[in-house]
Formats: sequence, C-alpha cells, structure tokens
Amino acid sequence: MLKKTLHISSSPHIFKGHTTDQIMKNVVWALLPVVFYSVYAFGWNALLVIATATLGSVITEHVLCRLSKKETTIADYSAVITGILLGLTLPPAFPLWMAFVGGALGIALGKYIFGGLGYNVFNPALVARAVLQAAFPVAITTWHPAFLPDRFSEVASSVLALPLMQPQYDVISGATPLSAFKFEGYTTPASELAFGLVSGSAGETCAVIIILGGIYLIARNMMNWRIPAAVLLSAFLLSGALYLVNSELYPSPVFMLFSGGLMLGAVFMATDMVSSPITPLGLWIYGAIIGVLTIVIRVWGGLPEGVMYSILLANAISPQIDRLIKNRVYGTTPKMKAV
Amino acid sequence: MTNNPPPSAKKITSTDEFIKGLWRDNPVFVQVLGMCPVLAVSNTAENALAMGLATAFVLLMSNILVSLLRNFVPKQVRIASYILIIATFVTVTDYAIQAISVELHKALGAFISLIVVNCLILSRAEAFASKNTVSKSVLDALGMGLGFTFALLCLGAVRELLGNGSLFGLAVFPEGFQSWIVMILPAGGFFTLAAWLLVINALQTKKA
Repeated sequence: MLKKTLHISSSPHIFKGHTTDQIMKNVVWALLPVVFYSVYAFGWNALLVIATATLGSVITEHVLCRLSKKETTIADYSAVITGILLGLTLPPAFPLWMAFVGGALGIALGKYIFGGLGYNVFNPALVARAVLQAAFPVAITTWHPAFLPDRFSEVASSVLALPLMQPQYDVISGATPLSAFKFEGYTTPASELAFGLVSGSAGETCAVIIILGGIYLIARNMMNWRIPAAVLLSAFLLSGALYLVNSELYPSPVFMLFSGGLMLGAVFMATDMVSSPITPLGLWIYGAIIGVLTIVIRVWGGLPEGVMYSILLANAISPQIDRLIKNRVYGTTPKMKAV
Repeated sequence: MTNNPPPSAKKITSTDEFIKGLWRDNPVFVQVLGMCPVLAVSNTAENALAMGLATAFVLLMSNILVSLLRNFVPKQVRIASYILIIATFVTVTDYAIQAISVELHKALGAFISLIVVNCLILSRAEAFASKNTVSKSVLDALGMGLGFTFALLCLGAVRELLGNGSLFGLAVFPEGFQSWIVMILPAGGFFTLAAWLLVINALQTKKA
C-alpha cells in the first residue's frame, strides 16, 4: 500500500522538463538551417560529408555502448550533434572515408574514453577535427569554391576517394577569406562574409543563419548567452584595438567576427554544456579566453584560423576556472572564510 | 608431505623467469617502463626493432655482470656501479650500431646513449640481477629484453603502416595511399601506445 502512494526520491522534486535529449534535439533543429545553407552553397558534396561524419559518430557510439554492455545512447542525439558539427567544420570536398574516420574518432577519443556523455573534457567534434587536421593536413586545408554551377549535378572526385587512398582534386580550390588575408593580404568585404558567398568549411559560411540558430536556443533557455557574447565581444574588442593601432596591418573587427569558424565556434561549439564552466563569471572568463586566443592565433600565429585550438584550450582549463570562482555561501560575507 | 605450500609460494621454474617478461610482466605494456625510447623511436618498424635489440643486448650484459658482482658491490654504491656497468655496454652498442649502419645510428640519434638511463635496465639490475644467480638473470634479461623489443615492434609496425603505408620499408598499400601524418609525429606514439595498452589490458583481464 505504502509503496503505491509514496514515491521516494532525492531532490530536486520539481522538474521543468528539459531533459538531455530534448535540449540536444533542439540543438539539432537549430543546426539544420546551417546544414541546409551549406548544402545550398556547396551542393551534394557538403551533404555527403555531413551525413557521413554523422553516420560515423552514431555508429561508433552504438558499437561502443554495445561493446561495454550498456544500453545504447544514440537516442539522446548527442552523437548526431557531434557528427553534424564535425561535418560543418570540414571542407565541403573532404573525402568521405576521412569524414567517417573523424566521426568515429571524435566519439571514441573525444567522448567515450572519458566515460560517455557528461564526462568528456573536450568538445568531441573539435577533438575529431584536431585529429583529422594532424593526420591529413593537406586534405583538410584544400577548400572548394562555393556556388559552383554544377554543384547539384556532380559530386567532386575527391569526395568519393577510395578508403585509405589519397583524394584527387579536380577543381582548383579557392582560398578562404582568412588564408587570403593571411597569405595574400586581401580582405574580403563583410557583406560577402555575412551571407556566406565565400569558400571555407561547410558550416563557416553564413553567419546570419548561425546567429539566428543561436538566438533560437537562447530564447528557449537551452544555451547560455554569456558564452557567445563573451567570445564575440572579446574578439571584437581585441581586433578593434589592433585595427585602431594600425588599420593597414590588421583587418577590421567586423571581418574578424564574420570570417572563418568564429561564429560557428562561438555559438555551437564553445557552448557545449559538458566542457564549459558552470558559474556565470566563469563563463565570461571562458568565452573571453576563446575570443582572445582566436585573434592571437589569427594575427600572430602560423595558422590562418585558430578557433578550434582556442576552444580546445579553453575546454581544458574550464574546470580550473570553476575552481577559481567560488560562489559566496549564503549567509556569509566575502571576508568570512568558508568552513 | 603433510603441509602443502600455499599456492603463492609455487616454485618458479626457469621457463617462468623467461616468459614473464614477454607477457605477464611485459616491460612496456604492463610495467610501463622506458617510455622515452618507446614513444620516440617507434616511428618505423625498423627503428623499433633496432632500438629493442640494442636495449635487450645492454640489458642482458648488464644483468650478467651485476649478478656476478652482486656479492662484492657495497650496498651504498650499488646504483653508481650499475650505471657504470650499463654505460660501458651502451658505449659498446653505440659504436657497434655506428659500424653496422650510419643511417640507423642517425635515425636513433641520442636515444642510443639514453639507454643508460632506461629505467627498465636499472630496475632489472636492482630488483632482479642483484638478488639472483647468473643463469636466472640471463633468462630474466632475455625475457624482458625480448618483451621490450616485441612491444616496440607492435608500436612501430602500426605507426609505420598508417604513417607511411609500409612495413620495414616495403610498401604494403598500392600507389596513392593517404598517409596519416599524425602517426609519425610524437602524438601518434601516444595514441598507438594507448591503443595497445587497451588491447593488452583487455586480453590480460579476460584471462585472469
């Protein structure tokens, strides 16, 4: 009798209904327009690369769960997000087998080795991209031009390269705005950047759609607005200061914000709930570290783009950020020592 | 006999002394000793084999000498004398490799001289050779040395296969193979070592 009327559980007792898979599902909804736009810009190539990366991560998640005799966790959509995000960071004409390997490695090395969702130190999609960048440095920096006339009738031969084989490129790759700036000193106009009329990774093109996706998630209270705000603000302030010092040597802050993967990174990658800090002030510090490091790598580093490494570095120190910032215990003054 | 000895006091045969270094107490996969050469010179199978054999040779000779001198070396200066003995054989190996192949000597670089401070060799001298007879020390050194070589080969083969598409310099994959640059870089050494540790651990815990 008692068992039927009394349900014994620990707090919290009132739920608001945001479960992991609901949030993840909404992130997928927010990402879909970005995927659609990149398919519109790059054709079947981008669709195949994103789909394969997603397939790689979902299959790996399923297999690893089965191997460790746990219930499969592919239904919580987190592996899908890892796959889509990885696909969006890859060049549109990336070989499919490499995208599959990347998706698998992201889940295995980035997430499952730490114990699965909720335990990963780094953003799995970025771990996958970092490994791919170290393993295949040529393929991952060979960019495909956007809006080719035959993008919906043909698939690039590099995409269909046989497994373990080198891709053959049939289209002369276009330089990304960042590499054009870094190596040729050419600054792409901001209006082209904002609407993604340039070459680059599948998902680093249309900043406007990414921002809209971010606003949707923030409005539904499924993403902390402080992270993208801190990333973009710090990047804007640092590059703005540099631009004021010497406007010939350094690009305008608007160019910095809208080029490369900064928008995608700030909205969808840095905001990974597991690998970011939990305190509000910690989030600001975390975001500022990402923004500043990105500009530092872009301006003074050897690579044209630095979003990936700066997010991974900030992921690594986010537990330390939380330890530095201790919330005041209710009922004490800042001078009182916590007992 | 009325009093059976407890199972842990089972007599250790000479085969056990040899086998333990190969599998159960493998210096790399189980004891995780001597990581510096394991990670640094396992980028190709050839380098790995040469490094493994050089270490095995030094280990064998130093184990013999330490075991012979175990009753004469005062306890206070034992580590210094071990190092002296090891350094002698490392010098011999260094010159021998230089005489056999200058290219190999260049590829292995400073890591030949660094065998002196390989903790595997020092640990066998301290933990085994200085307490056991010469014949047992020889078996121990052979087992440990071959186990070390085996482990280095495991790493070197995987890294060369993925990083270069070849094995012992012979091409395995057809023309146009996409090499995984990361596998030849130091990061690849860590990845491969971790993967092998995972495999060996899984195999050993399954048996136990």
